[in-house]
Amino acid sequence: MSWHALEFYFLALMACAFALAVVFAANVVRMAFYLILSLGATAGLFFLAGADFVGAMQLMMYVGGTLVLLVFGVMLTAQGPWVSIRTSGGEWVLAALVGGSLLAVLVPTAMRLDPAPNHEHAAVPGTAHKSENKAPDAKASTEPQTTRPTATRIGLGLIGAPTSGTSGYLLPFEAISIHLLVVLIGAAYLARPKRRARPKLVESDEA
Amino acid sequence: MTNLLYFQLGLPLALAHVIVALVACFLLINLIAVGALFFIWLERKVSGRIQDRLGPTRVGGKFGWLQTLADGLKLITKEDLMPKGADALLFRLAPYISFCASFCAFIALPFATGWVGLELNVAAFFVLAVLGLEVFGVILAGYSSASKWSLFGAMREAAQVVSYEVPLGMCVLVPVLIAGSMDLTKIGNLQAGWFTNWYIFHDPFTFVTFWVFFTCAVASVNRAPFDLAEAESELVAGFHTEYSGLRWSFFFMAEYGSMFLVSGLGTVLFFGGWNGPIPVADLLGLSASHSGVAFFIANLLGMTGFIFKSVILVTVMIWIRWTLPRLRIDQVITTCWKYCTPIAAVMFTGVVFWQALGIPSGGDLAPRLGRPAGASREGWLMPDAANPTVAQHGPAAHAATEAPTNTHTPTDPQTK
Amino acid sequence: MPDLQTIGLSHYLIVGAIMFVCGAVCMATKRNALGVLMGIELVLNGANVNFVAFGSDFLRRNPAYGIGLDGQIIALFVIVLAAAEAAVALAIVLNFYNNHSTVDVDRADELKG
Repeated sequence: MSWHALEFYFLALMACAFALAVVFAANVVRMAFYLILSLGATAGLFFLAGADFVGAMQLMMYVGGTLVLLVFGVMLTAQGPWVSIRTSGGEWVLAALVGGSLLAVLVPTAMRLDPAPNHEHAAVPGTAHKSENKAPDAKASTEPQTTRPTATRIGLGLIGAPTSGTSGYLLPFEAISIHLLVVLIGAAYLARPKRRARPKLVESDEA
Repeated sequence: MTNLLYFQLGLPLALAHVIVALVACFLLINLIAVGALFFIWLERKVSGRIQDRLGPTRVGGKFGWLQTLADGLKLITKEDLMPKGADALLFRLAPYISFCASFCAFIALPFATGWVGLELNVAAFFVLAVLGLEVFGVILAGYSSASKWSLFGAMREAAQVVSYEVPLGMCVLVPVLIAGSMDLTKIGNLQAGWFTNWYIFHDPFTFVTFWVFFTCAVASVNRAPFDLAEAESELVAGFHTEYSGLRWSFFFMAEYGSMFLVSGLGTVLFFGGWNGPIPVADLLGLSASHSGVAFFIANLLGMTGFIFKSVILVTVMIWIRWTLPRLRIDQVITTCWKYCTPIAAVMFTGVVFWQALGIPSGGDLAPRLGRPAGASREGWLMPDAANPTVAQHGPAAHAATEAPTNTHTPTDPQTK
Repeated sequence: MPDLQTIGLSHYLIVGAIMFVCGAVCMATKRNALGVLMGIELVLNGANVNFVAFGSDFLRRNPAYGIGLDGQIIALFVIVLAAAEAAVALAIVLNFYNNHSTVDVDRADELKG
């Protein structure tokens, strides 16, 4: 078994096991903790797939930002009875049915896909890849530049430079930026401190 | 080193990888542990002098340099307490999470050319990301202790760390922008030569950026005056109120580890990393080759310089802690959002214009102290500059992998 | 049946599928609003694993058939949008908690006829 496969199985097992733990944990803080580990392992999987920028982004934004927010929310609301809310048995059965059938559809589909790559030592991402890792029938001109650092390719794509056959991503990038701005304002508006019932009027009445 | 084990000793590749990883881990753990021992001693001495005391003087001779070891022994013998209502699993795990996060970030921090746990293309980003994970240990500790003081400390920490990641990231972007790469080894090597090549002296904007970076770094590792999470005047001891013994000491190992980490990051980004104020290795003609004994010695000199600069930054942090009073939580957040973030944004814009207009940088102003020829963009817009100073790999790795990341033709995207 | 020795696309897709299903079950069964939110994060992450796997050049027999950079860029967009979604959802949950002093989603039934 190659080192790459070993690493993959370790991280995949961690990601799946803690995802299951999130489902079965009753305590909401424990859930958050398991979620952190699961998403962290997923970041490792991204690194393993050669997407190092996305992996670092996952660690930074998802685990370091989103989940901190989530845990923050958990701590603000986790008081007494709300730490663990039990679910009824019927709901569990229903959810297990739906989830099981979904899994039964997804997993066979995944297995019927592209067979495993035929290089012996699967590439270790982050290092320079040698050309024998590629299949011989891949035309040299259509090959994506795997030796190019992913961050540069992503950056170029985001500013609209056409990369490897597709057009750039400037428009979606701008759309996301506007979306983020709207969300920022919206969240700040939602979470603003509530005004007391017209304190100024009361003051003027007293005066 | 992997290649040495694999090709020359004939070990299986997986085993070679494991051995190399274990060696790197061993070295890094030792660095953090010894660093923590040293920094705690330093902190006690410095705080003593600042408060007109002597600090530790007894254990281990005149300067008390074994004091931390004695402290450690005392901590090990202490009882490991846990509050009654605590969440046992999380309470036990929290210190290790903090320590792991602090340790993992060291993986991508280079100490000299090629002397890095893992050469990552996005190293600068990775270090920041993993550093941000340290907060989870604190938050979980605060929650699981079942104590109001701990919870308050954890909440403050969460708010503070999430806020300070923004300006910190912006400050880190500035050297990344100038270097055109997120690879810390590359950023460090681009500042080779005399101290005028350091990015802090690149232009006035980077000079200001460094100080913003340093402020945010101090805040993000929870040092005074930003140590709201453990404000002992209000919160008993904040998030580690309920901890004792060895677990408590793990939090401190993580804290001193992170201090060294952000100092190291600042050194690489702004102070040339292993490229000293005076290029001693260059002047001695040691860095001409990329392998062999001369390269090793040059790297050793560089690493000494790197650690020396980092320790100076840590000392400044200690100095700040014993000089400035602690801020209030609203002042901490105000500092972040109303001062650090806008200043960092303006500095970032300034550097963008400085680069775009091609104004000469600090290294170019002094003609004979300029940087060595060749610039490193990660391979776009500029023809491939096979930069002689950017040696991507360590002595062993360089022999086998002759393809560094920037050896492709820049016109590739347009061929279709 | 995928090869166990060399890691291919299928392995990643199975991991993604498991995370997706866990997230879906989590959304369905948790009554704590924040638990539901965590389920959503898991679902998005499962989808992200698929995107990255499809976009990766190292998991296929012929990299030319990959979706190239699209996978990674969409994964990035998902991450950013998830952060945005979490911020808004958290604001809503906190408001709900302020008004009803509970985070049980089954109690949010004021508009029920």
